[in-house]
Amino acid sequence: MAKRIDCSDVNIYYGNFLAVEGVTISIEPRSITALIGPSGCGKSTFLRTLNRMHEVIPGARVEGKVVMDGQDLYGSDADPVTVRRQVGMVFQRPNPFPTMSIYENVAAGLRLNGTRTKKAEMDELVESSLRGANLWEEVKDRLDRPGSSLSGGQQQRLCIARAIAIEPDVLLMDEPCSALDPISTLAIEDLMAELKERYTIVIVTHNMQQAARVSESTGFFNLNGIGQPGRLIEFNPTEKIFSNPDQKATEDYISGRFG
Amino acid sequence: MSTQLTRPPAGARAAEDGNGRSERRLPTWVPWAVFGAAAAIAFGIEALTDFTVVLAVIYTIVLGVVANYALSRSVEGRRRATDRLVTSVVTCAFAIAMVPLVSLVWEVVSRGARRLDGEFFNSSLVGIIGEGGGAYHAIMGTLIITLLTTLISVPIGLMTAIYLVEYARGRLKRSITFFVDVMTGIPSIVAGLFAYALFALFFGPGVRLGIMGAVALSVLMIPVVVRSAEEVLKLVPNELREASYALGVPKWRTIVKVVIPTAIAGLGTGVTLAIARVVGETAPLLVTVGITNATNVDPFDGRMATLPVYAYYQLTQPGVPPENAIDRAWTAALLLIALVMGLNVVARLISRFFAPKTGR
Repeated sequence: MAKRIDCSDVNIYYGNFLAVEGVTISIEPRSITALIGPSGCGKSTFLRTLNRMHEVIPGARVEGKVVMDGQDLYGSDADPVTVRRQVGMVFQRPNPFPTMSIYENVAAGLRLNGTRTKKAEMDELVESSLRGANLWEEVKDRLDRPGSSLSGGQQQRLCIARAIAIEPDVLLMDEPCSALDPISTLAIEDLMAELKERYTIVIVTHNMQQAARVSESTGFFNLNGIGQPGRLIEFNPTEKIFSNPDQKATEDYISGRFG
Repeated sequence: MSTQLTRPPAGARAAEDGNGRSERRLPTWVPWAVFGAAAAIAFGIEALTDFTVVLAVIYTIVLGVVANYALSRSVEGRRRATDRLVTSVVTCAFAIAMVPLVSLVWEVVSRGARRLDGEFFNSSLVGIIGEGGGAYHAIMGTLIITLLTTLISVPIGLMTAIYLVEYARGRLKRSITFFVDVMTGIPSIVAGLFAYALFALFFGPGVRLGIMGAVALSVLMIPVVVRSAEEVLKLVPNELREASYALGVPKWRTIVKVVIPTAIAGLGTGVTLAIARVVGETAPLLVTVGITNATNVDPFDGRMATLPVYAYYQLTQPGVPPENAIDRAWTAALLLIALVMGLNVVARLISRFFAPKTGR
């Protein structure tokens, strides 16, 4: 189920503006890869190219190759909708659908795609997804309540349940804990540690302790100045990045001597 | 420092502030008393000369505002005086705005209630000279033509709005938005003449059909629907669209299953208010649908009566004696206002019941 992703020489544009330049990276299956770096350096932009969400923005485009287990995500035969079913995503702010109940939010991936599923199967899928997101015990008695009735941390776990209900191969997380308190953050981090048994996880984070705690590999993005494209400066096992990085810039950033 | 932070006790007229300056306040009844005195003086002057209420009211307002300002300025100082001046001006503006509204509703209700009986709703004007008769044919005509207008305008308007918000970009989007704005400002008679000219091409001059009225009203209603639906669709957070895309949902399904359900309350409200906007249009119906005394419920066959045109003809061509027809015109007007008010209530109910529930 979990798949590896190989990117080679990826250039990402907003219109004519080159936002991220020349990223070559190999993301291992069944592991957590963290992307760190200062604001505006293109981490999130790069993350969004991995499930073709980048091109949703008018004028945005991508050059280069992104290959997931031999399948070129930007090949001429690749359909962005199919890609997004294989690569799930969790956003920075929890965004449950406000018109839907907790149950319907989890079932949304299948329901919205028009897949006909028996009630019993759907119940089972919702329960297993909510259990997978460590939310089942908290919401099992109120599945018909609106998704927005939950707390922020619960909403974020609901969004994770919604993302894993369509059984993707890869899970992308764009600063999933930045809007949450430390306890909810801990819950999500524990959840990530469980989920990596089954999925390839890529997480963008501003919290370096978080990257050090949860990830196997870490990529450091940086940019030379305003208006310059972001670059992948260093990509190494997390232990190496945080103890003995290859690049001076990485060391400056993680030790807080940056800029 | 601490003395500066403590406020004078409530009710104190004068108190020392931190800098040792005294702060004097007028009691709350004073401005009203001033206005009362101004009214007494103004009405007194008017009573001595030739009495006009309007003039007396204007005197009262001007005199009251000026006297209040002067009094407050001498007692409370400049800042409070300005505050009182602006308060009085704003209150007076509000009162002036309410005058025509209240007067209109009062007039229509008191005069229209005279013929608000069963016969008015049950009978048409066939064979009626003088007393009796009703507006059954006009009510049916208004309902049928408004329904047809809604059936034409809502799909076109909603889809245009969806196109503008979700798909169009660049110059095309700007020009469509511009022309929709221009269409909102079209004089309604022009819409009527457009429909008349269009149908005259096919059916020859002098044609009158219910459907022509619906087309004319659609020309007026479509831009209203587009504008309101566009505003509401823009309010749907982009995050929800992205959440849906990220689940591998195609764009059209995202629009149908996520964007529209999220905005349904606003869309319903917008459509209802757009209906309320065109239901009382007179001029376009005058040239396209005409008027008849008999009931005609087939919009594809000949003239139909509608409430606004009915009211217009009852008032302008009342026959002899005129009182009966003029009473019917007032009742038709009352009915139209009630219809618009009902539609507004419906719009509010829609926005209350269909709004996404937070359920906290």
